Amino acid sequence: MKEDSLEIGGVKINCRLFVGTGKFSSNTMMRDVLLAAKADVTTVALRRVDSGAKADNILDYIPSGCKVMINTSGARTADEAVRIARLARAAGAGNWIKIEVIADNRYLLPDNLETLKATETLVQEGFVVFPYMSPDLAVARRLAECGAAAVMPLGAPIGSNRGLKTKELVAIMIKEIRAPIIVDAGLGKPSDACECMEMGCAAVLVNTAIAVSRNPIDYARAFSQAVQAGRLAYLSGLAESVDEARASSPLTGFLRDGD
Amino acid sequence: MRIKVNGMEEEISEKMMTLQELVINRGLSLKQVVVEVNLQIIPREQWPQITLQDKDSIEIISFVGGG
Repeated sequence: MKEDSLEIGGVKINCRLFVGTGKFSSNTMMRDVLLAAKADVTTVALRRVDSGAKADNILDYIPSGCKVMINTSGARTADEAVRIARLARAAGAGNWIKIEVIADNRYLLPDNLETLKATETLVQEGFVVFPYMSPDLAVARRLAECGAAAVMPLGAPIGSNRGLKTKELVAIMIKEIRAPIIVDAGLGKPSDACECMEMGCAAVLVNTAIAVSRNPIDYARAFSQAVQAGRLAYLSGLAESVDEARASSPLTGFLRDGD
Repeated sequence: MRIKVNGMEEEISEKMMTLQELVINRGLSLKQVVVEVNLQIIPREQWPQITLQDKDSIEIISFVGGG
């Protein structure tokens, strides 16, 4: 297979499986998973610290060469997302930001309008912006036009492991938007990730499914292989599907011929 | 004086306390936190020079796992 890397913000990304760092049993486990998946991109969040908190810095456990995207989880408005992004940059975490603006506690669905506002502001401020959004062509187009590095539609609600429930809408976005489309949230099985890649997604982001697996390291490997398989299939061109059978061996020379 | 740290009101008895001392007193490692005073991000180099004022609102933030 010839080289097929994704380039975002001047960074070459070989592994199209982005792996989030939430919910792992330990920082060491998280690091081993990133290594097993050969992840090139990961995500972390920002939170208030309690006094006497563990002196462990999660960033120290991220393998070198793995690009960190800070998510703005916890933000309910564009202003809050912008504030988190600025804090992250001030903390030396770089300028890759996943915008996550959520005003709904039950389904954790993103607020597309606030997300668009935050994207506009942060792109202007020189951030490399990855907006997490509910799949919607018009919003995706606006996000891409204002300079989002990629657009990240959800597959299903965060942490639900339900798979690509938004397939039709994501397919339209892939056809119509030139920015990379990265499905984020809801993918539960390697086959879900493979499905996204077969359709032409540029990458997928997975966290919960891997972190809560009985064997996160092997599950990450399985996801990684599924992403590669899906990508390879997409690049090869998917086989046409038809309603009736088409024999795969010749329809002549049967043993009964001439009997 | 009264200050607010991460949303919680606190009484501080010391007359003078720097931002750096506040962070150290909480047992936090200086390198792993980001600090905002009254919504303004304060670069780490300035922490020893910033003296806390009555009614300051301080946020001490750090990185955690997330997707």
